[in-house]
Amino acid sequence: MVLGAHSRSTAVVSEKLRAPWLLSGLLAVACATAASLLIGPADIEISAVLLELTDRLPLIDVNSGLSPIHANIIWEVRLPRVVLGALVGATLAISGASYQAVFRNPLADPYLLGAAAGAGLGATIAIVTGSGDGMGTFDTVPLLAFVGSLAAVALTYFLGYSSGVRRSPAALLLAGVAVASFLTAIQTFIQQRNVETIRQVYTWILGRLNTASWGEVSLLAPYALLASLVILLHRRTLDVMRLGDAEASSVGIRPQLVRLIVIIAASLGTAAAVAVSGLIAFVGLIVPHTVRLLAGSSNRIVLPLSMMFGAAFLMFVDLVGRTIASPTEIPIGVITAFCGAPFFVVVLRSNRRSLG
Amino acid sequence: MRNLKALLAISLVLVSCGEGNGSSETGTYEANSGSILATETPTGKAIAETKSEFSAKGDANTGSVESHFPTAIVSMSPTATEMLFAVGAGEQVIAVDNYSYWPPEAPVVEDLAGWNPNVEAIASFQPDLVILSDSGIQQELESLGIKVYVAAAAAELEDVYAQMMEIGEITGRQSGAIAAVDHMKEKIQTLLDGMKRPDKPLTYYHELDDVLYSVTSATFVGYIYSLAGLVNIADPADQDGSSWGYPQLTQEFILEADPDIIFYADAECCGQSFKTIASRPGWSDLKAVRNGNVIQINNDVSSRWGPRLVDFLSTVSAAVSAVKIE
Repeated sequence: MVLGAHSRSTAVVSEKLRAPWLLSGLLAVACATAASLLIGPADIEISAVLLELTDRLPLIDVNSGLSPIHANIIWEVRLPRVVLGALVGATLAISGASYQAVFRNPLADPYLLGAAAGAGLGATIAIVTGSGDGMGTFDTVPLLAFVGSLAAVALTYFLGYSSGVRRSPAALLLAGVAVASFLTAIQTFIQQRNVETIRQVYTWILGRLNTASWGEVSLLAPYALLASLVILLHRRTLDVMRLGDAEASSVGIRPQLVRLIVIIAASLGTAAAVAVSGLIAFVGLIVPHTVRLLAGSSNRIVLPLSMMFGAAFLMFVDLVGRTIASPTEIPIGVITAFCGAPFFVVVLRSNRRSLG
Repeated sequence: MRNLKALLAISLVLVSCGEGNGSSETGTYEANSGSILATETPTGKAIAETKSEFSAKGDANTGSVESHFPTAIVSMSPTATEMLFAVGAGEQVIAVDNYSYWPPEAPVVEDLAGWNPNVEAIASFQPDLVILSDSGIQQELESLGIKVYVAAAAAELEDVYAQMMEIGEITGRQSGAIAAVDHMKEKIQTLLDGMKRPDKPLTYYHELDDVLYSVTSATFVGYIYSLAGLVNIADPADQDGSSWGYPQLTQEFILEADPDIIFYADAECCGQSFKTIASRPGWSDLKAVRNGNVIQINNDVSSRWGPRLVDFLSTVSAAVSAVKIE
């Protein structure tokens, strides 16, 4: 019986997400959300923020005593930024986790197949050509970053397949390296030829949530939700595939197809996240690995927990970025690496679980 | 985080070098010797770009100079180019870098990158004087027997005048330089004297780009605003000078500071306008937006410490005099 074989062989690699971990994930998201909303560069009393937030609840009408500007800061600046940070963090972390799963490679991250380099090239072209048109009504940077990111992944996939990915998934990874180097070379060339825009390009590359608005949230949300949903639906299948393609085929799974679907979903999510927030490094790598080391390596655990801890991690990091040197902004990409890398080393050293 | 700041600073310095900046002799970049990015096209239509007083009139002494003065000058600094033409040495200039948009008759060579000057490209013009914005390739040029003058960034008006006088001296245009400097001094004095100054000093925010980079009073631009009696909201953002006077502000901070005037220098680079600024989430309630005190600045003019300073100051003083306070 196919189903019986399925459950027997996956028992070793597939584990349920247990309640304590689920709760701790939710708690982390809740704490990070609360802290991010209550603390900020603008000097607003925590109690006033709480009153202002409760005021918007249905059937409750309280006066927070906030000026219109302070109310704007909470509703139009702080809240969308927190939500965007959570969405970006969740998307990058679950995309990274799924890349690691389909490639069975611990070094895989969401930018592996050229997504970052393609987005960087797209954004650079948008910034360079966008200057001086005086329109300013439509921001082409996210659009071109999104298109560039997807085009780069598609190119990688095409090159990887034409050079024998069926023999080894490594062909795809190597194609990704080649595409990323090539696109980065073009991006750098364009950037150097248009040095007056160099600061804008760098700012984009280091990640930006500073100008987050509800508009960006609504751009990212559909892709983030769709990608996460598709990836989560494949969490059991991905566990079976950990046993190898032959084993997976024997229980009726088509590994090539699953891989393609998951890669498309993760790349779509990554492209949308990168388009609105720039290149935020490390989240897609360290969050899933930390989850794996602490909670277990089954994708039924890793994928949902990566989402939650990815969201919490990025909200926390962004809180640091906008408050530690306030009123100066520290680009978020710097802090993800600065806080994330040492933390990850600690987890790595204090744990002997397998990274597989 | 140091690395980050260094990276951003490097990008700033790189770009600023196009403007004639940086002091690579000491390897440091002084907080008060700044210029901002030249994100400007030759067709810029900014308010500040009124007809310049100094557009190569050549003032006092046009005509030939004595033979021992340079007659084949290459300028790699947009500010120095403006000064050369202002003191009347324009006809001695044979090539200028690709950001020397002003005056229009300056012989721009697109391949001469001011921010990353190439010794061979410069030498191929066989110049007898090269003006650089920093001393990066001074030795290389001098070893080819070419005279070099480094026009470092100014920190205050006296530096500007001194540099113009020096450029007049080395090009044999002293009387032109004296006339140009006197004219500038007079114009600036008139503007400062004629300004209406409110009892309570007005606050301002100078926007460099749409990710909210700004300048502090430690920069040359900020210094000019201080002359006009304005108070910079960005000053607390870079008290230790670690951002070299160019901090990136958080949006919450700008909204909370609620400046009286917003000067935006990112129309050219980033397509910003009163409309786009007013439509940013939460910005419509700002004093400056409600009262219409949102003023476009030609970044090219405000970032250079040359003769067109007068135009920049005139935009600022007009904005201050016309400011509407509820």
